[in-house]
Amino acid sequence: MRRDQSADAVEIVACSNHVAGSMENRSLIQRLIGRPEFGPLVLLIIELAVFWGINPDFLSPQNISNILAFTVELGLIALAMTLLMTSGEFDLSVGSLFGFSPVLMWTLFNAGVTSLEVGLLVALVVAAIIGLVNGWFVTQLKIPSFLVTLGMLLVVRGSALFITDGFPQRTWSAEGSWLANLLVGDFYIGPFRVYASLFWFIGAAIVLGYVLTQSRTGNWIQAAGGNPLAARARGVNVSRVKIGLFVLSSVMASLAGVISSLRTSAANPNSGTGYELEVIAMVVIGGTALTGGRGTIIGTVLGILILRVMRNGIVLIGVPGLAYNIFIGAIILGMMALHSWLERRHQAGT
Amino acid sequence: MAEPLIRMQNIRKSYGRVQALVDANFHVNEKEIVGLLGDNGAGKSTLIKVLSGAVPLTNGDIFIRGKKVTLRSTSDAIAHGIETIYQDSALVTQLSIARNLFLGREPIKPPRFLNRMDQEAMNTVARDLLKEVGISKNIPPTTPIGSLSGGERQAVAIARAMHFDSDLIILDEPTNNLGVAETQGVLSFVRNARDSGHSCIFIAHNIHHVFQVVDRIVVMRRGKVVADDIDPKKTTVSEVERIITGMSDKEIRDAVADGKPAH
Repeated sequence: MRRDQSADAVEIVACSNHVAGSMENRSLIQRLIGRPEFGPLVLLIIELAVFWGINPDFLSPQNISNILAFTVELGLIALAMTLLMTSGEFDLSVGSLFGFSPVLMWTLFNAGVTSLEVGLLVALVVAAIIGLVNGWFVTQLKIPSFLVTLGMLLVVRGSALFITDGFPQRTWSAEGSWLANLLVGDFYIGPFRVYASLFWFIGAAIVLGYVLTQSRTGNWIQAAGGNPLAARARGVNVSRVKIGLFVLSSVMASLAGVISSLRTSAANPNSGTGYELEVIAMVVIGGTALTGGRGTIIGTVLGILILRVMRNGIVLIGVPGLAYNIFIGAIILGMMALHSWLERRHQAGT
Repeated sequence: MAEPLIRMQNIRKSYGRVQALVDANFHVNEKEIVGLLGDNGAGKSTLIKVLSGAVPLTNGDIFIRGKKVTLRSTSDAIAHGIETIYQDSALVTQLSIARNLFLGREPIKPPRFLNRMDQEAMNTVARDLLKEVGISKNIPPTTPIGSLSGGERQAVAIARAMHFDSDLIILDEPTNNLGVAETQGVLSFVRNARDSGHSCIFIAHNIHHVFQVVDRIVVMRRGKVVADDIDPKKTTVSEVERIITGMSDKEIRDAVADGKPAH
């Protein structure tokens, strides 16, 4: 019997999605290898081992704290993007929202219009509306999300530049406010300096992982990406699912931008440029299908770590930082090749 | 005569100036498998699309057990117990058998606000259903649809229709692209469905498959139902072919001869 399954970890269905045919008698190891997260996991371990072997400082508490601080900010966006991409869409406007939302919040605050808390609320609501517009264009006007969100990227980035005249905003007055403590308050666990945002990230990963694999909504998200016609024929409101995910993606990007700006005490209208592609790369490396229908939060967490560790590690071992993109590109190509190979093996039985 | 399960009366459907259906009359009785035949463009699929709520009708009435209904969407039709299984498009290949069976109607584990699917119950029901439709192979319900054969996929779609108490299951070309053994499998799923109280409409180009399974044959030609009470036990395949083409044997011979290059 497979009764033990539901008690198993979060990703069990994604696992069985990948294991074809008679799998009742498979050993634990075989099942582990069959999971889509196995490839990224191996890659991450190799990466850690190589960097650590070349420079032992790589695994020093200080460096680990450094990696984690910024990782979770991009990670929040990647988690939401995982769900959106599983539903068959993606969002290029997240990087611009990452820059726009803190700028909006600080501009309102500095002008004395609102308190910081209300400013944050306004920024999140504006982000939600932007997500709603994205979703509406994609589902109602049936324009591909690539074009819609590319347009939105320009609109949002342009707004940020226009509001600020291109200058960074004053941000130092947040020090010690309860909001800053709640979002990015830092403390030490042993030698590790930990920001509160790490717990927000872990919480978001657990909640979204649960939604994707355990909840009814998760089933709808996967169906919307896998075969929208079949989903619609079963009474699933595909448009509503997708619009909801566009809103989620915008709000998470906005929250990530605010967290980043509170931590670094900076609100630059240009920050977040290019993040959309890095986030999509994280999600894809983690094993979520670019075409939709299949997604994994655990894989995305691994994908986030792979890229951030890579960025940190190559600098530490002395490769010029500018060479970073060469490695990222190579990893993406390598992972895609691996995925297509695995895919063909899984489909061979049909 | 008792009121049939489905009665479509004077159905008219035009796409602009093209008349796809011209006063078509069609009915399906309880626990009956009806074979719907006709050449390409005869109006079979339009009739089915109207019945499954996929396209609105221009004119005419649809009655279910004598009650007039309006089918505005596929979910309307499903709510009225009409389930249509289109070739290959009915299932999400990435999702497991159990998740497909319950798509859109997933059972929820209490407490409700967690919105958590009862995957154990889904798997149990799926396992029983697979046995019921006659899949004897031991396929775990967590297997993704993508790794099933074409016949098994049809079986899953039929099982879903049976489980959710559809009164009428419409099968659009269910035996296309299937091997001989798989075809026999699908035909026996259809018989099982009837034996457990469901009606079916069976559309296929292959007249032989239709003859093996249906209780009654309906033939359409140029948007009209031209014959609706052919008993497959008392009629031959060639007689039905003649009705479908609307030509006598001699006319067919002439038509074929005309098509050949002159000797």
